[in-house]
Amino acid sequence: MWYFISPEVVYGLDAVTRLAQLEGKLACIITDTNMVKLGFVDKVKEQLSKAGMKINVFDGVEPDPSIETVNKGAAFLRQYKPDWVVALGGGSVMDAAKGMSAGYERPDVKVEELNPFTPLGPRTKAKLICIPTTSGTGAEATWGIILTVTGEDRKGSFGCRECTPDIALVDPAFALLMPPELTAQTGLDALTHAIEGFTSTWKNDFSDGLLLKAIQLVFQYLPRAYRDGQDMEAREKLHNAACLAGLGFINSMCAMAHATGHALGGVFHTPHGRAVALLLPYTIEFIGDAREELWAEIAYTLKLEVPKGKKAAPILAKAIRDLARSVKEPLSIKETGIPADSFNKSVEKLADNASMDFQLVTTARAPNIEETEKFFRYAYDGKSIDF
Amino acid sequence: MAIKYASEEWVKAAREAINKNPAYQEAAKKWEGDMYFIVEPEGGLKEKIFMYFDLWHGECRAASVVTDESAKTPAYRFWAPVGVWRQILEKKVDAVQAMMTGKLSLKGDMAQIMKMPKAASELVNSMLKFETEFPW
Repeated sequence: MWYFISPEVVYGLDAVTRLAQLEGKLACIITDTNMVKLGFVDKVKEQLSKAGMKINVFDGVEPDPSIETVNKGAAFLRQYKPDWVVALGGGSVMDAAKGMSAGYERPDVKVEELNPFTPLGPRTKAKLICIPTTSGTGAEATWGIILTVTGEDRKGSFGCRECTPDIALVDPAFALLMPPELTAQTGLDALTHAIEGFTSTWKNDFSDGLLLKAIQLVFQYLPRAYRDGQDMEAREKLHNAACLAGLGFINSMCAMAHATGHALGGVFHTPHGRAVALLLPYTIEFIGDAREELWAEIAYTLKLEVPKGKKAAPILAKAIRDLARSVKEPLSIKETGIPADSFNKSVEKLADNASMDFQLVTTARAPNIEETEKFFRYAYDGKSIDF
Repeated sequence: MAIKYASEEWVKAAREAINKNPAYQEAAKKWEGDMYFIVEPEGGLKEKIFMYFDLWHGECRAASVVTDESAKTPAYRFWAPVGVWRQILEKKVDAVQAMMTGKLSLKGDMAQIMKMPKAASELVNSMLKFETEFPW
C-alpha cells in the first residue's frame, strides 16, 4: 500500500486568475521582500481583491528559512486568522508557508516535530495555495519542508502528507523575471528531483511517467530559458517540468544527491539547486550498477547513444554535466568557490550531515560514512567516482 | 534453521545480529533510546508480545521478551499486527513506508527518529540476517 498525493494543479498563463475565484474573507500572503519589489505581490493582491478578500502580507521569509521564521509566520497567521494562506515565491517561501500553515492549524505541534509518521489532521482553518516564482523546487506540489536548523549548520527535512498545498498555481508569468543563473540552478534542481525520483528505491508506477516527462522537458527547454528569459514557451515548459518533478518525487522520494546536497548547503550555503545538481552526476556514478537499467531508460528517453557493451550511468552523468556546463553551472565543489582548507575542515561534518538525511534511505546504493567522505572529496576535485 | 518470531530465542538472535552489523553500528552511533516492538494479535496469535531492545550508540545492550508491559518504560514504542511485521521482515514492505502509511505505528521523540533514518533501516536489515519462522 502506498499513496500518491497531489494538490489541485492550476497551470498555464493566467493561472493566477484562479485566485479571483476563491471564496473567503481574508487571505494572508507569505512572501519575501523581493516579490514585493518585483510587483508580484500586487499582482496576487489584485486577484484576491476581485474575490472580495481582505489581505495581509508577511514578507519576512529569508533564503534558507529558519525554524524561527516559520514560528514568526505562524504567529502572524494566528493573529490575523485568514481562511486562505497564499505562498508566493521560491522553495524557501513555499516551504516556510507550509510550516506556518501547520503552526496556524496546530499550535500544539512544533514545526521541527512535523514528521511523515504522525498525521497532523486536515486543514480546517485556512487552505494553502502555493505560487512558485522559480522553476525548480516543485515545492508547490510537495509536503516536504526544508528548514535551516540554526546552530547546527544543517538543513532539516520536516513535514507530513497534510502539509501538501491545497492548490498549486503554476503560472509561468511569475518565472519570467528570473535571472539566468537562478534559471539554471532551479532548472537543474527540477532535473535532480526527476532523476532521483525515477531511480529511488521507492519509485512507483504513478510517479514514473511524470518524472520521465520532467527529465525530457528540462533537457529540452532549460538551455532556451537560460539564453532568453523572455522565451515564454521555454519558461512555461520549465515551470511545468518543475511541478511534474515535484509531484513525482514527493511520492517516490529523492536520493543521495539530495542527502549530500542538503549537507553541502547546510555547511557552505551553496544554493540548493546548484548543490544537488553538481552532485547528481557523481551519485549516478556511485549508484552505478544498482540502477543500470533505469539509467539506460533515462538515456533512451533523452535519445542518448549507449554503445553496445557500455554502461548507461557514465553516459547519463556526462550528459548532465554537459547540460550544466551549457548553463554555466559548476561541475565540482571546488568550482563553487569553496576554498580547499574550509572544505577539508568540514568534510567530516558534511558526511555526518548527509548520513542523517532522510533521502539516504531511498538511495539504491547507500554509502557508509567513509564512502561519503570519499565521495565529497572526489566531488570537490571534480573526479569521476570509481569506487 | 528458522527461529520462531518474537520468541526469546529470536530476540537474542536479533541482538546478536544487530551487534554484528557494522552498518547499523555506524548509522546509530548517536542513537540513544530503548524501545518496545509490540506484536499485535492477528490470525493464530492471540496475545500481544512485547519485545524489548535497549539500543545505545550503535550497540544493542539488552534484548528480551517482556511479559509484563509495565516492566519497562522505553523511550520508543513501535506496534503493528503480526502480519505487518512479517511483511517487513520478508521485505515485502519497507519499514519506513509502513510507518508513513500507518501500518506500523510509533511513539517517541520523532525529531530524533527523523535524524537517523538509516539507523532504522539498518536495524531492520540486521533482523534479516537470520531466518525467521511465523507459525501463526
